[in-house]
Amino acid sequence: MKTEDLITMLATGAGAVEAPAAAQRYALAIGWGATGATLLMLALLQVRHDLGHALLLPMFWVKVGFVGCVAAGSLFAVLRLSRPGANINWVPVALGLPVLGMWTIAAFTLIEAEPMERSKIFFGDTWKSCPLLIAMLSAPVFVAVLRTMKDLAPTRPRLAGFAAGLLAGAVAAVVYCLHCPELGAPFIGFWYLLGMLIPAAAGFSFGNSLLRW
Amino acid sequence: MQRINREEGYRAKEDRLKDLFVRGLAGNNAAYQTFLGELSSHLRAFLRKRLIRLPDEVEDLVQEALLAVHNQRHTYDPSQPLSAWVQAIARYKLVDLFRRRAIYEQRTDTLDDGMDLFSSADAEAAEARRDLNKLLADLPDQFRLPIMHTKLEGLSVREAADLSGMSESAIKVGVHRGLKALAAKIRGAQ
Repeated sequence: MKTEDLITMLATGAGAVEAPAAAQRYALAIGWGATGATLLMLALLQVRHDLGHALLLPMFWVKVGFVGCVAAGSLFAVLRLSRPGANINWVPVALGLPVLGMWTIAAFTLIEAEPMERSKIFFGDTWKSCPLLIAMLSAPVFVAVLRTMKDLAPTRPRLAGFAAGLLAGAVAAVVYCLHCPELGAPFIGFWYLLGMLIPAAAGFSFGNSLLRW
Repeated sequence: MQRINREEGYRAKEDRLKDLFVRGLAGNNAAYQTFLGELSSHLRAFLRKRLIRLPDEVEDLVQEALLAVHNQRHTYDPSQPLSAWVQAIARYKLVDLFRRRAIYEQRTDTLDDGMDLFSSADAEAAEARRDLNKLLADLPDQFRLPIMHTKLEGLSVREAADLSGMSESAIKVGVHRGLKALAAKIRGAQ
C-alpha cells in the first residue's frame, strides 16, 4: 500500500473522536482495582479490630493522608506519561513532596524518642509482612491501570510503568491502612514506601514489553 | 535575523497543522486528510535523517507512525504543542524499531528537540517494503470487513452494516479495533 493510499484510508470516514478522557478511564480502572484490593484484603487479611478507635487518632489520618498524596502524585504522573510529549517537569515534585513530608515527621519522631525505643518504632511488629502485603494488594489496580495505559500512548514506557506501579501500590496502601496496626511515622515512611515501590519497580522493569503500542 | 524568520516559520507551520488536526478531530475528514498528508512529509524528512543506515525502513516507519498518530489521536490535548505530541510518537516508533533491530540508540541527544519535526519536509515517498494490504487481508472478518467497507470502499457505517450483516456499533468498534490490530501486526511482523 502506498503511503498516500494509507492516508486516504485513515481519513475516510474518520469522523469525530468520541473517546472518553484519560482521567475518566483511569478513575474507572482505579475504582475496579480498589474494589479488587478491598475484596482481597477482606478475604485474606481482615480489618483491624480496633478500627473505630484508630479512626480517632490523628496519626491514622496522617498515614492515610500520606498514601493518598502518593496516590494523587502518581495519578498525576500517570496522566502526563500517557500522553505523548506532555510536560513532565513537575512529576518528580509531585512524587517527592509527600515522601519528604513523611520523612520529616519520621525524623522528628525518632529524634524525640528514647534511644532504646527507636528500633521498636522503626520496625514495629509487622515490618516483615507489610511491604509484601501492600505489593500483593496492588495487583488488581496494577492490572487495571496498565490495561488503560496501553490503550493511551505512553512514549516513555519505563517511566510510565513505574508511575503505574506506584499508583497501584499507593491505592493498595490506602486499603491496607484498614488492616495495618502500625502508626509510627518512621515505619510508614520506610516500610509502606518500600511496599509501594515493589510494584513500581516491576512496572519499570517490564514497562518496555508490557506497554508496547 | 534569519533565526527569527525560521522560528516564525515553525510557528506558522505549527499553527496551520494544529488547526487542520483539531478540525479533523472534530469530524472534518477533508482537513484531517490534508493534515495527514503534510504530516507524512515531515515524518519522512525527520525519519530519513535518523535512519541513514537503514534507508529502506523509512517509508515503512512513516506508515507505522501515521497509523500510530491515527490510532492514538484521542490522546492529543489541544493545549499542548502539536509538534511535541507528534514528535514524541515518531521518536517512540523510531526507538521501537531500533529495539526490534537490537540497534542501540544513537544520537539520542538530537531526538528531543521539540521544534525539529516541522522544520523539514520530504514529499518524495519511496516504495514501502511492507504491504499493508496483505496485513489487512489477514485480519479476522470482524475487523477486515468494517475497514474494507467504510475505509477503502468509502461506504457509510449504515451501508457497511447492511452489506456485512453486522450491527452499526460492531462496524464502528471493528474499525477502531481493527486498525489497532493492524498496528499490532506491524509490530509482530518484524
